[in-house]
Amino acid sequence: MIRKSYVIKHWQLYAMLILPLAYFIVFKYFPIYGVTIAFKDFNVFKGITASEWVGLDVFRDIFSQKSFYVALRNTFMLNGLDLLFGFPAPIILAICLNELRLKAFKKLSQTLLYLPHFISWVIIGGIVYQVFATNYGIVNLLLEKIGLGPFPFLSDKLYWLATYTSVGIWQSVGWGSIIYLAAITGINKELYEAAEVDGASRLRKIWHITLPGIRTTIIVLLILKIGDMVDIGFDRPYIIGNVMVREYSDVLSTYIYRIGLQSGQFSIATAVGLFQAVVGLVFILSANYISKKTTDEGII
Amino acid sequence: MERRGKFTMFDVINTLFILGCVILCLAPFLHIMSVSLSSNAPIMSGRVTIYPIDLNFDAYTRVLSDMSMIRSLLFTILLTLAFTASAMVMTTMVAYTLSTEKLKGRKLFMLLIVFTMFFSGGLIPEYLLIKSLNLLDSLLVLILPGLISPFYMIIMITFFRSTIPESLNEAAEIDGCSDFGKLFRIVLPLSLPVLATLSLFYAVGRWNGFRDALFYITDQNLYPLQLKLYQMVMNNMISEVTLAEGANAAAVQYLPESLKAASIMFATIPILIVYPWLQRYFVSGLTLGSVKG
Repeated sequence: MIRKSYVIKHWQLYAMLILPLAYFIVFKYFPIYGVTIAFKDFNVFKGITASEWVGLDVFRDIFSQKSFYVALRNTFMLNGLDLLFGFPAPIILAICLNELRLKAFKKLSQTLLYLPHFISWVIIGGIVYQVFATNYGIVNLLLEKIGLGPFPFLSDKLYWLATYTSVGIWQSVGWGSIIYLAAITGINKELYEAAEVDGASRLRKIWHITLPGIRTTIIVLLILKIGDMVDIGFDRPYIIGNVMVREYSDVLSTYIYRIGLQSGQFSIATAVGLFQAVVGLVFILSANYISKKTTDEGII
Repeated sequence: MERRGKFTMFDVINTLFILGCVILCLAPFLHIMSVSLSSNAPIMSGRVTIYPIDLNFDAYTRVLSDMSMIRSLLFTILLTLAFTASAMVMTTMVAYTLSTEKLKGRKLFMLLIVFTMFFSGGLIPEYLLIKSLNLLDSLLVLILPGLISPFYMIIMITFFRSTIPESLNEAAEIDGCSDFGKLFRIVLPLSLPVLATLSLFYAVGRWNGFRDALFYITDQNLYPLQLKLYQMVMNNMISEVTLAEGANAAAVQYLPESLKAASIMFATIPILIVYPWLQRYFVSGLTLGSVKG
């Protein structure tokens, strides 16, 4: 009786939930039901429900395909490179920004460094292809003047990895530094004053006060990042990648697009997606568990 | 950190380092802008770096005389406005309701929504859904599937909870204020910062969005700017790089460098124009989000 009267009294609240819940059911939960075609021989004309069950045949199929392992390896490899080089970059930048004495310069630099985060990957891709082109790209033209190159930044697999990684840093380092700058603001000022009295140099203060002060933030973000290892965006590898470097640039998201939407192998592509989602979930949950154990701060 | 003391060697090196970072950050934009404004000969000989040589606006004249480009720009502006408005209405409705602590079933609704942040059906089931709803090649496919971001919803809930005192809510309730009344007279007027920030995030996401259009749109009239730019410029550049050594290099119709650069600038300039005015909202958004901890 009480339960009913609450709902009636606050019918306006529940009325506002109708559309959002319908949204989640239609656009999020229907596709989750659609995942069943990973276990079916999907027939476009029969639809999802009427297609025949085939058990784990589709998975046996993908686990025997070399291209699947290549995409899986590349996903880990590109994410690993981002972790190795892209993760420390914003920490270093935040510390350097924090040490700036000229406040106006600091503010201006921050504003400018955040900008690439708001530029789409298509535009960044356009810039990258123009700047790094082997023939008439400005980087190779300038290198040529000092007698180097030309370097195949976009068409050789190893060079491409470097291009991919550095473009990622260029795009995200400024934005990524915000969270560390916020953490640095939270450090007790008295610690710096005390260190100054003891005659500590700037580098010593960074090493003994700033870095330990943002340790928790670093660890939480690091664990979060490792938890996201299987998850990779579509735009960046798809746009910066090309046929010449596909052996390294084809990741799970682009692989699913290629075999699913372009070749129409719906069941196989769905199974790869399901594999990625499940492994991703396991990664995230373990990351959350580890984060809670080590720093008392969970992500979920 | 306001501290006394003179400008040391450390400060000099550090300032130069940051200056270097800023230059590296801006140089690509300056270069593309310079190429778009230069003539072909100096570009090909590598003399155009970060300022134009042989200043001319030919490339822009060509881009602006391409009606399909203008059309795509206008379409993207309309799409972004329509998407942002609908997404904000939906997100506000769900966030306001779920920020009510006493709501019966709140935990269940929350679980239902948060679960979708960590597990999704994936590209193919989503595509099949869109197809069976007859949404392929429609304006709605660029609006409906992204209406509520659970992440932004959580930011909004956190904001509502932390800025609007419970006592104010109770007082309004005692005065006989309905739930709609509370939303419009108390919650929304007090939440302008979060509304501005999240609108911006939705708008930028839609403006920069590319993959959904690539997956679901084949009708050229419905190409958002990003997909248009990709098909017009990127495809050309990619084939240039990949076919450079191939036998059928002649099969590619090369676009002049300045035209490619002008097309890129055409899509970048709108962002560059709004960015200086709106950037503080972007940054405040990130700190709003970190309240969640």
